[in-house]
Amino acid sequence: MAEIKCIDLCKNYQQGDAVIKALDQVTLDIEQGSFVCLSGPSGSGKTTLLNMIGGLDQLDSGEISIDGERVDLLAKGPLADLRLHHIGFVFQAYNLIPVLSAQENVEFVMQVQGVSGAKRKEKSLAILREVGLEGMENRRPAQLSGGQQQRVAVARAIVSQPKLVLADEPTANLDSHSAKHLMELFRVLNEKHRVTFLISTHDERVMRYAKRLIKMQDGRIVEDREQVPA
Amino acid sequence: MTLNLRMAWRNLWRHKRRTWLTATAMIFSNVLLVFMISLQLGSYDMMINNTLQAFSGHLQVQRTGYNENPKLRTSMESIRPLANRLRQALPQARVTARAEGFVLASSEQRSFGIQVIGVQPEYEAGVSTIPGLVRRGRYLQNSNVPEIVIGAVMAKNLKIDTGDELTLLGSGRDGSFAAGVLTVVGVFESGNQAMDRSFAEIPLGYFQDMFTMDGHGHSIAIALDSLDQIGVAHATAESVIAGSGQLAVLDWNALHPGLQQAIQADFSSAWFMYGVLIILVAFSVLNTQLMSVLERTREFGVITALGIKPRKLASLVMLETTLMALIGLIIGVFLGWLVALYFNTAGFSYPGMEEMTERFNLPGAMYPAVSVFSMMLGPSVVFLFCMLASIYPALRLLRLQPVEAMRTV
Repeated sequence: MAEIKCIDLCKNYQQGDAVIKALDQVTLDIEQGSFVCLSGPSGSGKTTLLNMIGGLDQLDSGEISIDGERVDLLAKGPLADLRLHHIGFVFQAYNLIPVLSAQENVEFVMQVQGVSGAKRKEKSLAILREVGLEGMENRRPAQLSGGQQQRVAVARAIVSQPKLVLADEPTANLDSHSAKHLMELFRVLNEKHRVTFLISTHDERVMRYAKRLIKMQDGRIVEDREQVPA
Repeated sequence: MTLNLRMAWRNLWRHKRRTWLTATAMIFSNVLLVFMISLQLGSYDMMINNTLQAFSGHLQVQRTGYNENPKLRTSMESIRPLANRLRQALPQARVTARAEGFVLASSEQRSFGIQVIGVQPEYEAGVSTIPGLVRRGRYLQNSNVPEIVIGAVMAKNLKIDTGDELTLLGSGRDGSFAAGVLTVVGVFESGNQAMDRSFAEIPLGYFQDMFTMDGHGHSIAIALDSLDQIGVAHATAESVIAGSGQLAVLDWNALHPGLQQAIQADFSSAWFMYGVLIILVAFSVLNTQLMSVLERTREFGVITALGIKPRKLASLVMLETTLMALIGLIIGVFLGWLVALYFNTAGFSYPGMEEMTERFNLPGAMYPAVSVFSMMLGPSVVFLFCMLASIYPALRLLRLQPVEAMRTV
């Protein structure tokens, strides 16, 4: 799981009379266990690429496969199942469910997966401990700092042990200390659990953690290189 | 409590004021429906009882076919002994025997065709309100004397009053000429124009002599304390007349087929008004849930991005509506029950009602019927319509596109 192949991805958006090329013949291979950063200016197509790989949006043309399975051909239901069981999402704005506590936010996805109550509790407490939120399990999002909320979002994304985590500007709303803490967490998860990370970012500090750096501009990949992470 | 239930409950209270406003609309409509339906059902019981108490009684024993086609000769023999047997079998009931005929009634100045009823004066007051409605003179006392009690309109039309004589002319059961001169001893006023114009009562014994009935009569009326007793009394009366072959026990539905239809028509028209109330509440719920869904579009987008299917979200919205409707149902039914219970004991009347009902020898207040049916009927329909109102917001979620939803501010 989590070997990603993208071939000639194209996606256009209509904005008034103008057509915006969000993805323009993007071809990309990502190996299992990779730690990849997508960088580039706003509107370069980073988020669109993440959305396409995560099956959140539809391509105009091209092919995406994850471990050989064509994501672009899946119907809504199987796509939702793919996201539920195999892909973890981390968003810029944390996007936690405000009426649920930290622990309940983490449990929510597992409940939908059909994990038993006892198992859910055990796993959610363990993952919250791992992301450094022990003792804050019963706090609601509004009672947590931005960094803490993002760690809950990470815990929610990885609790089901997906092989792929898609993170869209995960540090954009975090202070430098929280951002560093989060990236360290990502690195541990990548090395310890062989989770593939695909992260879109503007942040130079985040890019330093990447083993592979892909730069995008105007919907195209303009640079793709391996690097030794900091 | 499951996670879904907890989530739905907390979502409900994200906007306390809005939730309470909607729930209050439900509570108010439920209280109103519980009270109005209870009062309506109670008033129907009262209407039926009043109608039956006026004259017919709750049950009648008659010769088969008499009710559909009343003829002097379609009579029951030995009606007094049969009435006595029914009295013994139904000690809690009031029983009276009657005979009925049509005659030409003539005063010194005028003549009219009228219906004359032979009654047992000693028992009639237990079955009919007419003895209590005599406004001038007195009611009948003796079973064999030529006395008559007539309606107020008839007295006016015939230009007679108490103490005057009235001549009755008709034909007897054997085809002979039936005639009698009777003294008007009382004038009753029932409030029913038709009854007051064409209805007169004379002693059963005198009726049997005048119409050569030879101990025959036409009906035995049985009055009960409440409608609930009809089933048992009906079965008992059936057992008393068993073997006669020609007799039948008729309940109030058979005696007054129009009454049930009138009740159904009234109930149906009332539901039109209730329907307007219920639809207003349903739109209030629709508005609340639609607002709730629209303002959470981004959140729902994120949840679907995580892999939760839209139908799960739709069921969450339905669950939230269910909880809100349950709040309205429980509090509304409880308050409605308290109000109905109070008036069930104290009685409900409006200005002028007592004076009006007193004239007709009827109870001065209405008493709401407090039963599971009267309590739950209206609120159950409100609940159902609230659930229906949540379908549209829930359906919107089925069409949710994660990326578009997450772009929503």
